[in-house]
Amino acid sequence: MGLRRAVLLGAAVVSAGIIAAGAAQAQNEQFIPGLVYRTGAYAPNGIPFADGAADYVAMLNARDGGINGVKLLFEECETGYATDRGVECYERLKGKGPTGAAYFSPLSTGITFALTEKAPGDKIPLLTMGYGRSDSRNGEVFTWNFPLLGTYWTAANVAIQYIAKEQGGFDKLKGKKIALLYHDSPYGKEPIPALEAMSKKYGFEFLPIPVPAPGSEQKSQWLQIRQQRPDYVLLWGWGVMNSAAVTEAGNVNYPRDKMIGVWWSGAEPDVIPAGDKGAGYKALMLQHPAGKAPVYADLEKYVISQGKSLAKPDEIGSVLYNRGLINSMLGTEAIRTAMAKFGNKPMTGEQVRWGFEHLNLTAERIKQLGFEGMIGPLKVTCADHEGARLSRVHQWDGKQWKVISDWFTADDSILDPLVKDVSGKYAAEKKITARDCSKES
Amino acid sequence: MGFFLEVLIGGLLAGVLYSLVALGFVLIFKASGVFNFAQGAMVLTAGLALVRALDVFEQWHWPFGLALLSAFVFAAVIMAIIAWMVERLVLRKLVNQEDIILFMATIGITFFLEGLAQTLFGADVYPLNVGLPKDPIFLLESLFDGGILVNELDIWAAVAAGLLVAGLALFFQRTRIGRALRAVADDHAAAQSVGIPLNQIWFIVWLVAGLVALVAGAVWGSKLGVQFSLSLLALKALPVLILGGFTSVPGAIIGGLIIGAGEKLAEVFLGPSMGGGIEIWFAYVVALLFLLFRPQGLFGERIIERV
Amino acid sequence: MLYREAGQFKASYQADQAIFPVAQDRLVMLALLIVAFLVVPFVTSEYVYRAVLIPTVILSLAAIGLNVLMGYCGQVSLGSGAFMGVGAYAAYNLGVHLPFLNPFVCILLSGFVAAAVGLVFGIPSLRIKGFYLAVATLAAQFFGDWAFLRIKWITNYTPSGSVNAPPLQILGWDLSSPTANYLVSLIFTVVLALGVKNIVRGHIGRQWMAIRDMDIAAEIIGVRPMYAKLTAFAVSSFLIGVAGALWAFVYLGSWEPAAFDINRSFQLMFMVIIGGLGSILGSVLGAIFIIVIPIFLNQALPPLGALVGWRISTATVSHFEAMIFGALIVFFLVVEPHGLARLWSIAKEKLRLWPFPH
Repeated sequence: MGLRRAVLLGAAVVSAGIIAAGAAQAQNEQFIPGLVYRTGAYAPNGIPFADGAADYVAMLNARDGGINGVKLLFEECETGYATDRGVECYERLKGKGPTGAAYFSPLSTGITFALTEKAPGDKIPLLTMGYGRSDSRNGEVFTWNFPLLGTYWTAANVAIQYIAKEQGGFDKLKGKKIALLYHDSPYGKEPIPALEAMSKKYGFEFLPIPVPAPGSEQKSQWLQIRQQRPDYVLLWGWGVMNSAAVTEAGNVNYPRDKMIGVWWSGAEPDVIPAGDKGAGYKALMLQHPAGKAPVYADLEKYVISQGKSLAKPDEIGSVLYNRGLINSMLGTEAIRTAMAKFGNKPMTGEQVRWGFEHLNLTAERIKQLGFEGMIGPLKVTCADHEGARLSRVHQWDGKQWKVISDWFTADDSILDPLVKDVSGKYAAEKKITARDCSKES
Repeated sequence: MGFFLEVLIGGLLAGVLYSLVALGFVLIFKASGVFNFAQGAMVLTAGLALVRALDVFEQWHWPFGLALLSAFVFAAVIMAIIAWMVERLVLRKLVNQEDIILFMATIGITFFLEGLAQTLFGADVYPLNVGLPKDPIFLLESLFDGGILVNELDIWAAVAAGLLVAGLALFFQRTRIGRALRAVADDHAAAQSVGIPLNQIWFIVWLVAGLVALVAGAVWGSKLGVQFSLSLLALKALPVLILGGFTSVPGAIIGGLIIGAGEKLAEVFLGPSMGGGIEIWFAYVVALLFLLFRPQGLFGERIIERV
Repeated sequence: MLYREAGQFKASYQADQAIFPVAQDRLVMLALLIVAFLVVPFVTSEYVYRAVLIPTVILSLAAIGLNVLMGYCGQVSLGSGAFMGVGAYAAYNLGVHLPFLNPFVCILLSGFVAAAVGLVFGIPSLRIKGFYLAVATLAAQFFGDWAFLRIKWITNYTPSGSVNAPPLQILGWDLSSPTANYLVSLIFTVVLALGVKNIVRGHIGRQWMAIRDMDIAAEIIGVRPMYAKLTAFAVSSFLIGVAGALWAFVYLGSWEPAAFDINRSFQLMFMVIIGGLGSILGSVLGAIFIIVIPIFLNQALPPLGALVGWRISTATVSHFEAMIFGALIVFFLVVEPHGLARLWSIAKEKLRLWPFPH
């Protein structure tokens, strides 16, 4: 009887605690959800990004008291990179806060696909910076998706441009063999249409090699690569697949400097486990490098030195931590843009969407924010939800990342037709009438 | 031809690595009739304990040999504590239950261990260096263009597995405890009635399985870095178990060799025509085909059913 | 006092053979159905629909299917995730290639496709038993994973491999609201559960149970093992396939093959074992347990941590969830190996005597 009573009492206490926690809700706060994964096979890459995203919001709260006097309420939800948990987190958090969630940033192409179905109905924008559907840059069809700073087709095109530059011109690509070692998921498959189109145009042989998730074992794939001897290997992996790929490349002696990873395969957790085998590996950058930007001064002062940072000391200044900072920066700037039009109060999802669509980060503003040297000017329009199509390449020298190329701009003559085609098919399938941006303000 | 040999050798060596994990399964099944799904989680826990202890000792500037040895001891102690807890809290309470119930209990243990290990030791990827060389060697470069690629780490893993198997075989056949283990595997109640202390035996067998998991964790951790997907190795070891039989230690090795070689050869030669990625299910299908002809696996004990 | 059968006389064989012979049982069941269909839609928030009710209803249908195979026929199966996937993709393809068909007709037809696939993958069970069969069904699971990713016509040649369900409607009446989703899934589950309950009380069900208890003896008395096992696989896969199609169309809306991976199989197996093997009610109870506990832990742990002044990160919450989940599974298996359904029957037995001690 004693045990039973104790269990019942415990349950009562717990329920009371939950009710109490749920009841307290402030009124003048903007709720920003964070879908993160700090566990599972993709955690090594998910953790620094999540830390950066959280720390930037914490800094805004500590330094400025939020945005224009409205405090920011940031809450994380663990998805483990699994689509169904992502959907569950979305459902739980979308209505929180006085005006609901400002925007969602799933950091997973799979979850993005699922939420693309739900977000328009719930009127919440999706910030899919550097990932998600490549065709979602077409704002006329994908009103609520914002793949800011770059999509996978942009990445694929820039990678080919870099290779062409290294080879001495696009005509030198003819007859070359370029392999794509990709994560067997919607994320990994995204660049394939673009690469196929480019292989037809430039005459190189395109060799896609899938790696079943999570990709920690790649021996057979790399033995195939060893036999096929492609001139370049593009790596489209995530989580442990990245470090395994770099390690296996070392094991089969494939020259690391002929490997080019997408921007999600080019961070410290991807090369450090490989040890000295990682030296020479190149990757695309989502515009920003590793290292500290001027905003770090405030970060140090208000968050890190106060012990409020979630990050471990060696994470700060890393590639993915910076990316998390930029992710939150773009989101909060969109909220600020929305507030300029709708007033200094908590914004609804619809208003934040307007904010995203009218986001215009000039070089001046970027400098003000302290992100000079991280990203270039970004202008989002109704039709173009990507905002910028730039990238460059950095290389790991065993100790840090060094930028080794100039800026490349994606070639829209190849990408535009693809985007129109695929987004048109989506609109037809989903019976969406595309907006006409020339008619909107 | 050279490439075929390369894939074959790579596959055989990978198979040995799988059988390292499968050995733990076999041990526990042989001695307690429990299909221990938590073996993968035990590999993860042992690997995490080892790598974190090693990191800490190296931070204290201990000489490498001493640090490595102490880290191994630390990890072994952790596995002993886990074995004791499992025996005390789970096995003792589930004596004489059906196999499926015990199997489910081990799945529960899997979840528990995965959560515990990551809470205590962290969820990051930890590169592990136990002093095993990791470089590729190129054999017979004169005969075949580019040579046959063999990884040194894999060879050392094969050696480690061989030593383990020999040691375990001796343990089971020649020692008193080994005989007791086999008696318990045959029939719990009968073993108890002749005075074999079940609780101690189960603790010993889980401890030995934990040590096998530690060796597997050390080897696989050196290869891939110690991280969460180590616990998914259990799924790769299952076809090995089916092929070799659940109760046979040499079966685990032979099964591992066959599965490893078959898997890699299929992936490299059959895979591209089927779009790639066929490794995982191919291993299971091969094991399944074997099962249709020999339901107890190659070396398993014949299942005698009494009506 | 409350739960007495005294005075309830059956005047016909039909009455005697009813599913709920005791009047109180019938009343409670009726009350539950009324609450589920008529009361819940008015008092539930969207979050509870989407996170708790709809997954529970759909997965209890899948759990019932798995229980038919594991609980009633005794064949261990770890491939149920793949069968859910077969149902989902079959429904999707029917919707794409035969667009005049209503989505719900597609869902029902997809059950038959899943049954056919289940039949094929059930053939090894004629030769293999126990854990070996479990591992063999993993072959089905991994083959399914690969096929959904790799065989392009299954996903209608989409480049990303992610597919979308058609909008749900009946005769032009839009059914995409959470309440409608919930009611539709509930209708499917209740009707199919009733069907299954009747099947397992019939001669096929008895054959299954004979095979489960002692298959050699069953064969000797004339039960054909091939017929029994394959029908078990077929019926089970039908239910799991319909549940998979519902999961994809109603709950997810847009999905990729990873939604039906091995974690889904394990989740279903947990539901069946914790709920109770060989019990329809057990499948439902198990589904409720498995779905609600992680959500409850997710909500309860941070405030609990805050009570003792400890800020728990989401990673730690996840790990604690795993630990508590694992511990709960072991706890349940130790306390009641026959599952929640058995706890419920014991409760009913005690209720018959209440308020008397014996």
